[in-house]
Amino acid sequence: MTQLPPSSAKKLGLVIDLDTCVGCHACVVSCKGWNTENYGAPLSDQNAYSGAASGTFLNRVHSYEVQPEQGTAQLIHFPKSCLHCEDAPCVTVCPTGASYKRVEDGIVLVNESDCIGCGLCAWACPYGARELDAKEGVMKKCTLCVDRIYNENLPEEDRQPACVRTCPAGARHFGDLGDPDSDVSQLVAERGGFDLMPEQGTKPVNKYLPPRPKDVEPQIDILAPYLEPVAQDGAGFAHWLDKALSALPGGAK
Amino acid sequence: MSLDQPQLDTSPKVSDEVRKTTCYMCACRCGINVHMKGGKVAYIEGNKDHPVNRGVLCAKGSAGIMQHNAPSRLRAPLKRVGPRGSGEFEKISWEEALTIATDWLVPIRAEAPEKLAFFTGRDQSQSFTSFWAQGFGTPNYAAHGGFCSVNMAAAGIYTMGGAFWEFGQPDWDHTKLFMLFGVAEDHDSNPIKMGIGKIKARGARMIGVNPIRTGYNAVADDWVGITPGTDGQFILALIHCLMKAGKVDLDYLARFTNASVLVNEDPKSDQFGLFLRDADGQPQVIDRRTGALAPWNGKGVEPDLAATHRAKGVTHRPVFHLMADRYLSDDYAPEAVAESCGISAKRIRAIAADLARVAFDEAIELDRQWTDFRGKKHEKMVGRPVSFHAMRGISAHSNGFQTCRALHVLQIILGSVEVPGGMRFKPPYPKPATAHPKPHGKVTPGAALDGPHLGYTHGPEDLLIDADGKPTRIDKAYSWENPMSAHGLMHMVISNAHAGDPYKIDTLFMYMANMSWNSSMNVGGVMKMLTDKGEDGEYVIPHIIYSDAYSSEMVAYADLILPDTTYLERHDCISLLDRPICEADGVADAIRWPVVEPDRDVRGFQSVLCDLGGRLGLPGFVNDDGSQKYADYADYITNHIRRPGIGPLAGFRNADGSGKGRGDVNPDQLQAYIDNGGFWIEHVPENATYYKPFSKDYQNWAVKMGFYDVEQPYIFQLYVEPLRKFQAAAEGIGTRQPPEHLRGRIKVTMDPLPIWYPPFEDGHVDPVEYPIHALTQRPMAMYHSWGTQNAWLRQIHGHNPLYVPTKVWEANGFADGDWAKVTSAHGSIVVPVAHQASLNENTVWTWNAIGKRKGAWALGEDASEATKGFLLNHLIHELLPPKGDGLRWANSDPITGQAAWFDLRVKIEKSAVPNEAQPALPPIKSPVGKGPDELDWKVGE
Repeated sequence: MTQLPPSSAKKLGLVIDLDTCVGCHACVVSCKGWNTENYGAPLSDQNAYSGAASGTFLNRVHSYEVQPEQGTAQLIHFPKSCLHCEDAPCVTVCPTGASYKRVEDGIVLVNESDCIGCGLCAWACPYGARELDAKEGVMKKCTLCVDRIYNENLPEEDRQPACVRTCPAGARHFGDLGDPDSDVSQLVAERGGFDLMPEQGTKPVNKYLPPRPKDVEPQIDILAPYLEPVAQDGAGFAHWLDKALSALPGGAK
Repeated sequence: MSLDQPQLDTSPKVSDEVRKTTCYMCACRCGINVHMKGGKVAYIEGNKDHPVNRGVLCAKGSAGIMQHNAPSRLRAPLKRVGPRGSGEFEKISWEEALTIATDWLVPIRAEAPEKLAFFTGRDQSQSFTSFWAQGFGTPNYAAHGGFCSVNMAAAGIYTMGGAFWEFGQPDWDHTKLFMLFGVAEDHDSNPIKMGIGKIKARGARMIGVNPIRTGYNAVADDWVGITPGTDGQFILALIHCLMKAGKVDLDYLARFTNASVLVNEDPKSDQFGLFLRDADGQPQVIDRRTGALAPWNGKGVEPDLAATHRAKGVTHRPVFHLMADRYLSDDYAPEAVAESCGISAKRIRAIAADLARVAFDEAIELDRQWTDFRGKKHEKMVGRPVSFHAMRGISAHSNGFQTCRALHVLQIILGSVEVPGGMRFKPPYPKPATAHPKPHGKVTPGAALDGPHLGYTHGPEDLLIDADGKPTRIDKAYSWENPMSAHGLMHMVISNAHAGDPYKIDTLFMYMANMSWNSSMNVGGVMKMLTDKGEDGEYVIPHIIYSDAYSSEMVAYADLILPDTTYLERHDCISLLDRPICEADGVADAIRWPVVEPDRDVRGFQSVLCDLGGRLGLPGFVNDDGSQKYADYADYITNHIRRPGIGPLAGFRNADGSGKGRGDVNPDQLQAYIDNGGFWIEHVPENATYYKPFSKDYQNWAVKMGFYDVEQPYIFQLYVEPLRKFQAAAEGIGTRQPPEHLRGRIKVTMDPLPIWYPPFEDGHVDPVEYPIHALTQRPMAMYHSWGTQNAWLRQIHGHNPLYVPTKVWEANGFADGDWAKVTSAHGSIVVPVAHQASLNENTVWTWNAIGKRKGAWALGEDASEATKGFLLNHLIHELLPPKGDGLRWANSDPITGQAAWFDLRVKIEKSAVPNEAQPALPPIKSPVGKGPDELDWKVGE
C-alpha cells in the first residue's frame, strides 16, 4: 500500500462547464497528441486501422441522455479524466508506490518505471479514469500536463493543460482549487460547482459546473406586450404604418 | 512505502522548432503551430495569434499528425491496369502520367473543349482551378457547392450580399440572443464553438432549431425539434407575428432595404412585378421630404415605406406593402403551420415575442459616428442584439433557397444585419449579386472560355442555354431547370455524362471529391455509370482522371491517379479571390507551406495544373514564347496578377512588403507570411465596422483594399427582382421562354418574396407509406471523407448507428443491439439502430460519411466503418422518381440546383441481425495496402 501525503495547500485541478461543453472531443484528441509525444510511454492504439480500434486515452467525453419527468429529453456531454482526488484510492491501493500524489500541488501521477501494470489502481478508481496501456503494460492517466504547466520552454500563456488550451468553447478551466480566491474557485462558487460522486469519499479536486435549466416555458403573456397586433386588418395596418413612420426621427411629411 | 517522490523534469524541451501554417482537417482553416522534432511533426496545436481560432483547435485539427502520416496516403502516380472499380493499378512516373493526361486533353481542347468536365470537389483554390478551366475553354467547371450549401450562399448573396460562414458571423461580443437553424457543426466550427462559449459566459441565450438535439443543440437554452423541411413555414410564421405586432425596424427597412422601392402593380403591364426605374435604371422610392419620386440612392433621400405612386394608369406600391399583403395573412399564422412544423402555435409566438423583446427592448448603441451612402451622418451605431446562423440544415432541401431567403428576411425586418449585436459581414463581403460576375459558357475550340464560369444570373438573358433552350453545361447549371445555380451541380455531372444528357463527354477530371461513395446520391448507380460500357466495348465515360492525397473510394474508379500531398507538405493560399478567412473586424488571408517535404512521389495538385497548363499552352499558364509560366503553385501565388495590383495574396505586397490589399508583386511574399505566422490581417477602421453595405466609410476602405474598384453601396433585397424576371418569363412575358414542362414549377417556386412549399419528395413519395424523415448530422470530430480513416478519430466515430426516436423505437419493439431495414422509394439498407429520446418524433438520423467501403482508406476489411458503418446515400437518388414524361427530374432545389439530401422519406422495420450492414459491396483492391495493427506514435527521444 502507498500512503497519501498530507493534504497540500495547493490543489491544482480542472473545472469543467457542462453548460458549455458541446461534446466536440477537442480536449480528448489534444490530450492524446500531447501525451503520446510527452510524459512516459506513448499512448498506443490497437487495431489502429482495422476492426474496432481501441487505444489509450487519458480523457474521454461521454454523452448521456437525460429524460426529465416533464418536458423534452436533453443530451449532456460529460468529459472525464482523473479528478486528482484528495483521498485518492488509486494511490493507497498501489503495491509498488508507482502511483503517488504530489506534495507540492496535489497532482496524482504514475511513476511508470515502478509500475508493474497490475491494474489495482484502475479497479480502485470509482471514476474509471485510468487506462492500462496495452502495448507498454503500464498504467496511464491524466497528468494535468505536469510537463506543460511549469514548463519554462513554453510561453507563460501556454503553461496550462493541453485540453484547456485547446477547448474551443472555453468549457475547461485550470487553476488552484485550494485557493478560495482563485478564478476557478470563484467560478465554482458562482455557478454551484459540484463534486462527481461525492458519496465515494474521494474528495475530487476537479469540479463540474452544472448545465443551466433548459426549455423553460416563459411565464409571461406571450401576446402582450410584445405581440399585440397593431391593427386587425390590412387597412388598419396601413394606417398604423403611416402613423409609425411619421413618428420616426425626421419622419414628419 | 515512502513518501519520496520521483524526480520529475517539469520543463522538458517541447520541440526543436515551431512552424506555423494553416490547418486543412476541414474547411474551417484555423492557424496551427506545428511542433517539429528531428525534422518530423511531433505535435500540433492552435495558433494563438490567428484570427480564426485564437489558439484553440478542434479534435480534427489535433489529430492532423495521424492524417499526415496516414497509411492511406497515395505514394506515386497510378495507371489503371484492371477493370474500372477493381482498384488494380501500376505505378508510373510523373512524366508518363502527365503525358497521358496531355494526350487525352490536347485533342479535346482543339476540337470540343466542353468534352472535358473538370470538377474540383472540396477544393479551396477555386480562383486558381477555375482560371485553369477558363483557359482550357470548357464551360464544365465547378466545385462542390451544388451538393453542399449553395442555397445558403445564393440566397444570402441575392438578398443581402452575403450569408454565413465565409460571408458573415454573429456579433459574438454583443449579441444577446443567438438562434441557430440546422446542423452547423462542420462549417466555421471553431469560431462558432468559441462564440457559443462567449455568449454563455455573458449569460446570453441560445435557441437551437433542429430535429435532432446533439452538438450545439444540446447546449442551447431552448431546443425546437422541428419537422425536417418546414423551417420556412416556421420562419414565415415568426415574420407574420412580428409584422402584425409592428415589431419591425421601420427606420432600418426604409433606409437600408428595398422595402421602400416601388413595384409595378399592373398585371397587364410587361413590367408587372418589376421595379419602377428612372432613366438611369435606378429603382425609385418616394422621398418623404418631398413626396416625389427619387432614386433609392439619391443624396439626402428619405425613402418612404408607405407612399404609393400612380403614373400612366399604373399603380406602384413599395415592397413593404406587398410584404404586408402576404405575411399578415392568416395563412402564415402560427396556428396554420403548427401541426406541419411540429411546434405549437404558443411556442412559435413565444419565440417571436422573445425576438421582439431582445431586438427592441434590449437594443444597444455604440458611440461610433458613421456616414451613410446618401450622405446622412449618424451619431451612433444602433444595434438589435439578435443574431442567427444556419448552414446545410435548412439549405439541403428542395425548398431550401426560399427557406434561406425567409431567414434573411427575418433578420432584416428585425434590423439585425450589419448592426451591433446582430449578424456581421466579413470582408471582402458584403458584396451584392450585381457586383459578382454573370455566368459564362461560350465555347471556342482552342481558345479560352469567354469569362468566369460561375456567377449570378439576373434574368432569363443570363442563362447558359442555346437557341433551342438546351443547356450549355453538362450539369445543366444556369438552365431553366435551376436558373440561379451559382455553384454548379457537381452531383449531376456523372449522371448526365452517362446519360449523354445534354451531351456526352470524353474526360472527367476531378479533385478531392469522393463521387463513387459519400459525395454522391445513389452510390450503387454511380458506380455502375462509372464502369458502364457502350456497345463499342468502351467505357461510356471514356477517361477519368482523379487527384486525391488518399486512397479514397473514388480512386478505384479512375484511369489515371495524380497523387496529391498532405496539407503539411504543400503550398496553398486561402485567398480573398476565393473563400477567405476574414473576420468581421478585419480582412485576412493565409497560406500553407511545406513544413515537411513529401517522402513519396507526390505533387501538390495545383502545381500539377501549372505543369499541365504549360503543356497544353493554356492562356495565363504560358509565357509569350510558349514556355511554362509558373514553375509551381508557390510561383503562381507570388506572381499571378488578377487585376492591376491584385494577386492571390493581399498582404505584404510590393517589393518591400508595404502593400496592403493592392500592390506590386513581392518576390518574398510567402516568406513574409511565414514570418508572420502564416497569415495576414488588416483591421477594419472603427467607423466602418458596422453598416458595411451602406457605409461610406466602409466602402471607401473596401476600394482602398482592392475588394472592388469603385464604391458600390447597396440596399438589402427583401424583394429579389431577378426571381420575378424568371417568374414573369414563366407567365409568358419576354422572348426567352422556359420549356412547357417547367413553366408551372417556375411560376410557383421563383417567387420574388420568400414562400414555403413542401419538399418535392413529399409530392413524389407517399407520406403514409414513408412516414419518417431521415437525415445526417456532421460530427464535430470527423469531416466527410477527409478524416474517416484517421487512427485517433476513428476511435471516436468508428461506426454510425441509425438513431431512432422513442415513438418509432417503441412502435417497432426495438431493443439495444437490434438492426433495422430502412427503405425509401429508391432502395433499402439494413443497419444497426440506437434509441434517442431528444429527437423529432418522426425523424431518424445518423452521422454523415462514417461508413467506408472495404479496401479503401488502407483499412482492414473487418474495419467497423465497413461492417457496421453505412451511408444513407444508398436511399437517395439524384433524380426524382420518373413521372412518365420521359424526362429526368433532378432531386435538387429548382432555383439553385442544390442537392436535396434532406428531403428523404423512409419507412423502417425490424430486421434479422445480418453479418454486416447492407448493402455490403465487394472489397476494392487497395493500391496502398493496409495500415499497421498497432501504433505508438512518438517521434522524439
